[in-house]
Amino acid sequence: MGRTLAEKVWDDHVVRRAEGEPDLLFIDLHLLHEVTSPQAFDGLRQAGRPVRRLDLTIATEDHNTPTLDIDKPIADPVSRAQLETLRKNCADFGVRLHSLGDVEQGVVHVVGPQLGLTQPGTTVVCGDSHTSTHGAFGALAFGIGTSQVEHVLATQTLPLARPKTMAITVDGELPEGVTAKDLILAIIAKIGTGGGQGYILEYRGSALEKLSMEARMTICNMSIEAGARAGMIAPDETTFAYLKGRAHAPEGEDWDAAVAYWKTLKSDDDAEFDEEVVIDAASLSPFVTWGTNPGQGAPLSASVPDPASYEDASERLAAEKALEYMGLAAGQPLRDIKVDTVFVGSCTNGRIEDLRAAAAIVGGRKVADGVRMLVVPGSARVGLQAVSEGLDVVFKEAGAEWRHAGCSMCLGMNPDQLAPGERSASTSNRNFEGRQGKGGRTHLVSPQVAAATAVLGHLASPADLSDASVARTPAGV
Amino acid sequence: MEAFTTHTGRAVPLRRSNVDTDQIIPAHWLKKVTRDGFEDGLFEAWRKDSSFVLNRPERQGATVLVAGPDFGTGSSREHAVWALQNYGFKAVISSRFADIFRGNSLKNGLLTVVLEQKIVDALWELTEQDPEAEVTVDLEAREVRAEGITAAFELDENARWRLLNGLDDISITLQNESDIAAYEAKRPSYKPKTLHV
Repeated sequence: MGRTLAEKVWDDHVVRRAEGEPDLLFIDLHLLHEVTSPQAFDGLRQAGRPVRRLDLTIATEDHNTPTLDIDKPIADPVSRAQLETLRKNCADFGVRLHSLGDVEQGVVHVVGPQLGLTQPGTTVVCGDSHTSTHGAFGALAFGIGTSQVEHVLATQTLPLARPKTMAITVDGELPEGVTAKDLILAIIAKIGTGGGQGYILEYRGSALEKLSMEARMTICNMSIEAGARAGMIAPDETTFAYLKGRAHAPEGEDWDAAVAYWKTLKSDDDAEFDEEVVIDAASLSPFVTWGTNPGQGAPLSASVPDPASYEDASERLAAEKALEYMGLAAGQPLRDIKVDTVFVGSCTNGRIEDLRAAAAIVGGRKVADGVRMLVVPGSARVGLQAVSEGLDVVFKEAGAEWRHAGCSMCLGMNPDQLAPGERSASTSNRNFEGRQGKGGRTHLVSPQVAAATAVLGHLASPADLSDASVARTPAGV
Repeated sequence: MEAFTTHTGRAVPLRRSNVDTDQIIPAHWLKKVTRDGFEDGLFEAWRKDSSFVLNRPERQGATVLVAGPDFGTGSSREHAVWALQNYGFKAVISSRFADIFRGNSLKNGLLTVVLEQKIVDALWELTEQDPEAEVTVDLEAREVRAEGITAAFELDENARWRLLNGLDDISITLQNESDIAAYEAKRPSYKPKTLHV
């Protein structure tokens, strides 16, 4: 019987397989950041163990880093101490680190692909659940906890039980104005936040094949929001073209050998998945969340659902609690929801194509009165690219704030936070209670919807801007 | 890791689904660089509400958390496990756990037990009616027991063996160091490297 893409990559990394034991998998690339690594380095020190493969390990600073005044000492002493701990650990153990101010600094999941380190058929881990992003290259990539970070540092392997596989097939054409973010939010709403639990997802179908690498990263990034540790897309010419010439991409004969291998990395025609989901791309439209988990989403044209409409008691209770927290009423049109803040950035939507898409919409327009729009590039290099294209000027002229790279308001570990009761349209990945700041309310959206929302002051898609000069005053919230 | 064999204690019924790791331990707590001192951050936002179940006097000293489905979704932060343990929890029962949270819990000796929702419902009813009711989580017998309730649970034999004996994963893996070295020796040259050493 044929094998799936996930099974092929898995099998190629088995160091040891024994009856009754989890497989011991080799890890090709280990990404580190300041938040989930300090206790792991401490563990190595206590046991007197070195980092086994410094040449397969790289660190960057992202979660705590400020996006303003990066040339000044970090104001929050606790954040500063955590970054200094990473710097000391990397220096002590010899790990390559890209610190604040370095051109390669940025969100760890933006940095790996941009350096060409994320490659098809590799295993990639990081103490961060959005490591699933790297699956866009046909890599088996997943988030791990700190104990596993220590395990990989010490052994370059992980003992793991093989997950099941789920195919998510998206055929057809995405309608104009519908993005990768809308697609993944719709997938999560369909299968639920636990639907992918225990599975590796493989996204496939003609709609996926047409997407850019950056769009594919947006989709794989949010596999974890569907409960799956990993999501993958088979590599193709789009993947190879993205990698060619990047700093750590193979060269010469190695390139040819690599591409020959990469071309074998697709699910066989007779491979069997444990589960299959089919989505018709043509049926999709801009999608936003209304609740406090990423599965609580709906098309922008819809209204806030009535909790009473849920048959499942636990879902009904969850919807009731979500509406209470979000300050929303059943039946309210989603387009009537006013926002205070718009955040464009994160490992989900902080790459150059995302910034271009948002800039194209706010260009020549103004951010609505009373709305704060933050634009945070995913990495310092993405920021430089945007500046070279003049996007920073476009954003600033529209009244948005142009910032330095980092995780920023996705999780508010740095000063970029929502105040209690404030509401955001955010291109990030989680609308959990308090995620963007205590009491903050988050609506997950695409960069295009974020930009249109910034201009109109209420949840909106670019199509709503055609009559922007006579933009209606929203009634709600 | 501390070994887990069997544990008996009072329970906290948490009637919520999708309890994500941002609720278990908010991000600002993640700036700490130790594995302890997270107990005050556990469910920090909800604990501001005096009626929240964890704040009730009859729940003080409880050690078994009985939660709704999809417990531990979201971030990979192991701090969520440490916070539950620092607070005093020894076991968490739910009908479904997020994969990364579950892996983290078992690496730290916090036993996460998957039971059918109808058993979870029965445990909720029992412990809400009688806060003194004790719940036993028996890893040797792979069984949860409380008054009127006996439910078997599954846990793969390897994970169970590691927990029962409190074994350190890294030491176990390093016993197979020669397998790792053999694998490394045959890795293709086109594989990416972060350093040229």
